Amino acid sequence: MPLVNGGKIADDSFVKLAVDTPLPEGGDILVPAERFLGEADALVKRAGKLGVIWPNSRDIAELVPYLGKIAVVALVFPTFRDGRAYSQARLLRERYNYRGELRATGQVLRDQFVFMLRAGFDSFDVKKQADAEAFMHTAKRYSVFYQPTGDGRITALHRRMQLRHSEGVGT
Amino acid sequence: MYAYDEIDRTLVNERVSEFRDQVKRRLSGELTEDEFKILRLQNGVYLQLHAYMFRVAIPYGTLATNQLRALAHVARKYDRGYGHFTTRQNIQFNWIKLAELPDALEDLAKVGIHAMQTSGNNMRNVTSDQWAGVAPGEIEDPRIWSELIRQHTTLHPEFSFLPRKFKIAITASDHDRAAIKIHDIGLRLIKNEKGETGFEVLVGGGLGRTPFIAKTIKHFVHGRDILSYIEAILRVYNQYGRRDNIYKARIKILVHELGIEKFSREVEEEWQHIRNSSLQIDDEVIEDIRSRFTYPAYEKLPHMPDELRQAAADPDFEAWRKNSVAPHKVQGYSIVTISLKPIGAPPGDATAEQMDALADLADKYSFGEIRVGHEQNLALPHVAKRDLPALWKALDKLGLATPNVNLITDIIACPGLDYCSLANARSIPIAQELTRRFANHELANLIGRLHINISGCINACGHHHVGHIGILGVEKNGEEVYQITIGGRADENAALGTLIGPGVKFDEVADVIEDVVEAYLALRERPEELFMDTVKRLGVEPFKERVYATR
Repeated sequence: MPLVNGGKIADDSFVKLAVDTPLPEGGDILVPAERFLGEADALVKRAGKLGVIWPNSRDIAELVPYLGKIAVVALVFPTFRDGRAYSQARLLRERYNYRGELRATGQVLRDQFVFMLRAGFDSFDVKKQADAEAFMHTAKRYSVFYQPTGDGRITALHRRMQLRHSEGVGT
Repeated sequence: MYAYDEIDRTLVNERVSEFRDQVKRRLSGELTEDEFKILRLQNGVYLQLHAYMFRVAIPYGTLATNQLRALAHVARKYDRGYGHFTTRQNIQFNWIKLAELPDALEDLAKVGIHAMQTSGNNMRNVTSDQWAGVAPGEIEDPRIWSELIRQHTTLHPEFSFLPRKFKIAITASDHDRAAIKIHDIGLRLIKNEKGETGFEVLVGGGLGRTPFIAKTIKHFVHGRDILSYIEAILRVYNQYGRRDNIYKARIKILVHELGIEKFSREVEEEWQHIRNSSLQIDDEVIEDIRSRFTYPAYEKLPHMPDELRQAAADPDFEAWRKNSVAPHKVQGYSIVTISLKPIGAPPGDATAEQMDALADLADKYSFGEIRVGHEQNLALPHVAKRDLPALWKALDKLGLATPNVNLITDIIACPGLDYCSLANARSIPIAQELTRRFANHELANLIGRLHINISGCINACGHHHVGHIGILGVEKNGEEVYQITIGGRADENAALGTLIGPGVKFDEVADVIEDVVEAYLALRERPEELFMDTVKRLGVEPFKERVYATR
């Protein structure tokens, strides 16, 4: 599964650990939420970057005390029809000010990229190679956005206001 | 009329080009049908019994004449020459080819029409009163707010993969023509004691196999906060709505399972986090949207022009006028409802020729504007009273002057087993037969206001639960069986109908309805007592006795 990070296909330095895999000495690891919460103190002390895989059925607020100590939060799309992780992503970015890597994982397909970027995701475990290769092109599909989100893209309503005011200057 | 600006047009064009790419990937096999299904649904494309069905949005039921002509064009070029108006201010085309869909969408995009989110588990077309902006006594034009919400809900990055579909309706009149109490969110425009505009917000209404009437979640939400409040409801629903069972996934089930008090507390808590954010709408934004709605330059006209006085001598004109013409907020003008329910025909259908001709009539008599109502009829919202006789003659020639608006033959029906892959039973032939049984206008008039709603399966697209008489087709041992309810209504006093007894066979439905109507005529206290009121006064028992005594 290719990883898209920073807009292009990139190597993934993180190893996904199962609930019972022995903890490796070094290296970057992604840990399931339950194990993460159980072993948090030990995990944050080890060398190597730490990430967590957070299921879409668990309250994201539980993760807040650890946000300063983790490098990656991976949110899960068990199927692309299940949109719960979009809400979790926006809460992490917009309410809890999480600035680390926010990864979309699971059934991640081309036609969700724009929604995911707008919700605050910045890295993507893409299911199909062709979709990963099409990332940059797909991400630029839209230039108009009706809703304000934490991604900072200017909304249609505000663009109209700007146009109004700039038109007003000359008259 | 709302006029799209460059920003709106760009978005619709970007959507069309995205869909063109998606169709291409499907046709090349790059996308599986399972992956493509959701993408096509988000663009209003269903796979039906015989072909793809294409559902196009008519936001808050307002159409300009060039838009109606574009719909006629799609019917003619890509379909079989007609379209079907639905109960949610959409139009459906039943015979579209997948490969031609992007072209059809592109043709519609040129006049600012789209099919975004007319199906799928996302926020559907925002609907409103088809008399918005012209109804006497309205608080203010609800279309301004409908358009604001339409924009906000279009391609929403957080709420495009909800547990299930999500429908919002808005009314600004005491008499609710938008059926807000059977919507996921119903908004009633009101003023507070300071004279500020806001909304009573209702939540959790819906029909289907578990029908609920919506409950009030908040008595007043200020207009500036309406987007953040809707967003709070949706965020709670997106996270906690059930995804394990498609039949329990609508917000009505979540509201029911949590209880309205607990649900409203959850929403309130979420809302407090986001109400003072960029979701707050300032007056300037509202004014900008308002400024892109144009209103006709009405003339100062007499209340009772000579033309109308003279035409009153013609009983056929009078029969039509009494049922089709409603008061307008401006003196000398009327709102004219156009029945799409001719005797013996499928409810809600219009041919390309009728659509084109109606567009011409709207240009001539209604300042270029047409409306679409949830009753599957159309309306001309600004007709000068002096023009009514001429308009009536022109409509009559087109087969669009059936004088049955709000009468027993003004039936709401889903497409049923004739088209729909979900249906268990036929709807249209039942409607056709009923219109023949009550074809006599004197009889229909004697019966008075009576709405029959027919659904061909439990999904309730024909809104049978809220029909004064509701007919639900189900399948039992390989046979079509119809359950009859009475006493439902979809207006401000919305209620669910009550079953009158065991289901009846296809061939018996029309006889049973005749029995119900005869019972009503015998039981009513006076001619002015409407069917609804008789049922309310007496309950279902006397009707049940009448129908089942001899069966």
